[in-house]
Amino acid sequence: MAERSIHGVTNYLDLLGRRTVSAVEEAGYVMALLGEAVFWIFAGPFIKQPVRVPAIFTQMMTIGIGAAPIVFILSFAVGIMLSIQGIATLKTFGAQEQVVMGIALAETREFGALITGILVAGRSGSALAARIGTMQVNQEIDALRVMGINPVRYLVAPALLAMLVMMPTLTFFADLAGLLGGAIYCALELHLGYTAFWDRTTDILVVGDVMQGIYKSFVFAMIIALVGVTNGFAVTGGAEGVGRATTRSVVLSISYIVIADMLFTYFLNR
Amino acid sequence: MSTVKERPPAIEVQDLVTHYGDRQILFGINLTIYQGEIMIIMGGSGSGKSTLLRFLLGLGTPTSGSIKMLGKDITKISPHDMHEMRKNMGVAFQGGALLSSMTVGENVQLPLREHHSHIDELTMQIMARMKLEVVNLGGFDDLMPSQLSGGMIKRAAVARAIVMDPKLMFFDEPSAGLDPVVSVELDELILKLRDAMKMTIVVVTHELESAFKIADRITVLDKGKILMTGTVAEVKSSDNPRIQSLLNRLPSNETIQADEYLRRLTGM
Repeated sequence: MAERSIHGVTNYLDLLGRRTVSAVEEAGYVMALLGEAVFWIFAGPFIKQPVRVPAIFTQMMTIGIGAAPIVFILSFAVGIMLSIQGIATLKTFGAQEQVVMGIALAETREFGALITGILVAGRSGSALAARIGTMQVNQEIDALRVMGINPVRYLVAPALLAMLVMMPTLTFFADLAGLLGGAIYCALELHLGYTAFWDRTTDILVVGDVMQGIYKSFVFAMIIALVGVTNGFAVTGGAEGVGRATTRSVVLSISYIVIADMLFTYFLNR
Repeated sequence: MSTVKERPPAIEVQDLVTHYGDRQILFGINLTIYQGEIMIIMGGSGSGKSTLLRFLLGLGTPTSGSIKMLGKDITKISPHDMHEMRKNMGVAFQGGALLSSMTVGENVQLPLREHHSHIDELTMQIMARMKLEVVNLGGFDDLMPSQLSGGMIKRAAVARAIVMDPKLMFFDEPSAGLDPVVSVELDELILKLRDAMKMTIVVVTHELESAFKIADRITVLDKGKILMTGTVAEVKSSDNPRIQSLLNRLPSNETIQADEYLRRLTGM
């Protein structure tokens, strides 16, 4: 019995060690990939292998413009939710009118970026992993390399750049949509005019509040792009592997986004 | 083809040893391919022929040994020189590996667009269409790869591979998954590339019929080692039992080592 339990412990330690090594390995790979992408973005034009601008715009269309309607709907709904909860809570103190402050701060500092991050991770992070994974399976990545087209320059750099431009843009758009949702609900529930809502919001908010969300969105953009491409390149084992990579990239990027958000919020509000 | 060896070598592989993880795949490969010849690399599955191709294409770093292409050792070359070298290499992958997000025409233009971006749009289109004509795919440039049949995809991949007029051309299992007629057409195309464009061609295959038809010389690979390199007649008349079993499609009858066999079964 004792021998078996020792065996179990060593097995567990063995597994723990292997997991740790592979996690460190993956982190190193992600950093190398980021480094290489940055290299191509800045040094590419000088060695006649620039990152193609049309490819960046194509990615910006799918990542950003394509996501705008759903970002609007979700943020609008979150804005309404915040005002319902806010009014219900503040009613106990008879301070319903203060709900505007809650909506404005929560939306710009937190929910605009978070909702956009989760949505883009699910929509574009997964698409990135699936696209690169399929290309890996079909030897398209090998084909690019033998044609002398660096896959990081051709596939990763445009996606990363597009993500870094579109995430903050979408986040700002989400802020506005959330505030609109809040304004409409407050108008119906508290008979607070739109102008009054807007005036109070602009009184409360400082640039720093909006920027808090924007800073986060840059970090989320990096997380989504890098997790997506890393999982895409790591695909082995055909169509099933592509499915696994897609799922993994969504789960991981949403988890990293939420954790990064928590850390950011802690440090930015001290 | 006795004149072949008088030509300068295009590819020289020396003592190539490679590993996949801990497993050794190639055990000291020595191979010289001369300019303008069609070299067939033949072998059963697991013989290491696909691995050898990967390394010839510069898609991996070998454990030891050297691979000289057109006089330059690609295992020690600088990234810039490798980039230049790639312009002299064309590859037709087994599944074609056309980028599925682009039309056939855009696929063929891709190497031009990336390496010679100063060429104007119309010239690029014309060059791509000319290569599509070479592979009998004239007028298909606006279709997506998903709209083509297997044989057409392979020919389109050949068009993409030759658009830069490479000196070296590689084919990975060109006839795999094709019907006999289409497969013969592809063989004809390979011969045409050698004769009309003076390319050096390396074909990895296990299709005997097509191999005997197009080969100048054949290299037979087995378990990561070269069994022999020779002309079609030499290979056919070889008395090596492994080669004969490959040629006559006989299963290999290895004598079972009792101890080893038991050890494998029990996992002890």
